[in-house]
Amino acid sequence: MNIVVLVKQVFDTEAKIVIKPDGKIDDSSVTLIMNPYDENAVEEGLLLKEKLGGEVTVVSVGTPKAQDTLRTALAMGADKAVLVSDPALEGADDYVLAQVLAKAVQGINPDIILTGRVAIDYGTKIASRVAEAMGIPQVNTVTKIEVNGDKAVATREVDGGSELVEVTLPAVFSAQKSLNSPRYPSVAGIMKAKKKELKNLALADLGLAAEVVAGRMKILNYYLPPARKGGRIIPGEPAQAAAELANLLRTEAKVI
Amino acid sequence: MAKGIWVIVEQSKGTVRKVSLELLSQGRKLADEKGEELVAVVLGQGIGSLAQQVAQYGADKVFLSDDANFANYTTGAYTSVVAKLIRENEPSLVLFGNTAVGKDLAPRVATRVGVDVAVDCVGMESDQEHYVVLTRPIYAGKAFAKVAALSARPIMATVRPNSFPVADPTAKDAQVINVAPEIDANDLRAILKDVLAQASGRVDLTEANIIVSGGRGMKGPENYGILEELADCLGAAVGASRAAVDAGWKEHKFQVGQTGKTVSPTLYIACGISGAIQHLAGMGSSKVIVAINKDPEANIFSVADYGIVGDLFDVVPVLTQECKKLKA
Repeated sequence: MNIVVLVKQVFDTEAKIVIKPDGKIDDSSVTLIMNPYDENAVEEGLLLKEKLGGEVTVVSVGTPKAQDTLRTALAMGADKAVLVSDPALEGADDYVLAQVLAKAVQGINPDIILTGRVAIDYGTKIASRVAEAMGIPQVNTVTKIEVNGDKAVATREVDGGSELVEVTLPAVFSAQKSLNSPRYPSVAGIMKAKKKELKNLALADLGLAAEVVAGRMKILNYYLPPARKGGRIIPGEPAQAAAELANLLRTEAKVI
Repeated sequence: MAKGIWVIVEQSKGTVRKVSLELLSQGRKLADEKGEELVAVVLGQGIGSLAQQVAQYGADKVFLSDDANFANYTTGAYTSVVAKLIRENEPSLVLFGNTAVGKDLAPRVATRVGVDVAVDCVGMESDQEHYVVLTRPIYAGKAFAKVAALSARPIMATVRPNSFPVADPTAKDAQVINVAPEIDANDLRAILKDVLAQASGRVDLTEANIIVSGGRGMKGPENYGILEELADCLGAAVGASRAAVDAGWKEHKFQVGQTGKTVSPTLYIACGISGAIQHLAGMGSSKVIVAINKDPEANIFSVADYGIVGDLFDVVPVLTQECKKLKA
């Protein structure tokens, strides 16, 4: 089984967002982590490898700092890593990222491609895009994957229930949190990861035409939501306060 | 010249989903301003009567495909038909709900027709230069970005439920165009084997008007009953914080926050939730926030419109009783 996992480096979930005077988002003092849903994708890749044999390659598009995230995946047990990094990709939209990832992945010739269901920074849902760019099926938001020869059956979480979807491989799956519990890298794993192959590629290495990597959308500006102010603390004993709250929600806020 | 504002309508068992009505209502306003037509795309089985319904919410034209292939949503069949319609008719703007279907379908269709899609938009303004400027949360709402499409058309977006109000229906007819269910062979490599409905009859978290949510202060899974009772009275959905999900008290699909669901209800009642930054990111855009927490220093009070410093096990049952009185 040739398994590829697409991972993205993102800000830690506890990070506060600061916009610099030049209008860009300040990334100088934030902790960078692997997108949490991508951790589930790496874990699933490793579990499938343990069961079916094969190799797990992690692939990312990002700044050179994203090497740290790829090393984390290697420390968890992935075999190889590929980072596509190019100044021309700064501010690239998701259409472009998907084209670049698809091209990088095609050379690996995978049976299974895994990624997180969403990137927690820009809300990117890369699975559908990469699948379409490669002309293969996708199953999003999966909570279970069972591989059977050249087919796989995945349980997909949907609004108000779940679905069982059978696909012919190769296919792309995006991981929901409940798919598994990602392992922590062991000390031995971290040591080994330093010696594993981490290939750095630029756009020229992928032979992508300039028109393919031309953006379709652009960000005009960023802003922070207006700070919410703490409102009123309703005093009194619990029963009294709760009654007053119900009254305020009905007569003042008019929401119940 | 590209023309038309399109809404990819979601329906279930002959009823149009609320988020689709929100998009039709907003699309109607924009269509009037731009002098373009509002078009609804409706796929399903046994859905003939829906054309009338979407017309009442503003559609001038309906592309309708009533076929067994669309009885349930599948990526391949829907992508085939929607992408073909877009290529043939070249609309200006295509809107999807940011739902399980929209999140799966929109990026796939966009990639097929060679454009990007702005996901999870919460705002949309008409714009001279860019046609529309879309507002989307980033870092789950810790910040926002205004985005616009460059020259590529159509502009595509998925829009978060509860972002726009539903207009009152009016008596109106629409031109109905029946669409052949032509599906590319390459789009049939995923087969829907089974649909498992969830037992809970509750409204989905992301579409709920009211959410009652419990955190670490719930102390255990057995105590969610008191939130369920309050939710029953309010017609609300029940959510949970990451602390409660990590403790194994609630399934991840109930989690509100940056690594769960991002919600914008009219009323969010946070019970025993401290207010970690990743939780606030997921619910900070709620219209009214209520916090019930024993700890007067809890961060949740800094964003709550109404707060009660007290034990949720004392407060919530009384609130439920008061709710029952009001509803009686």
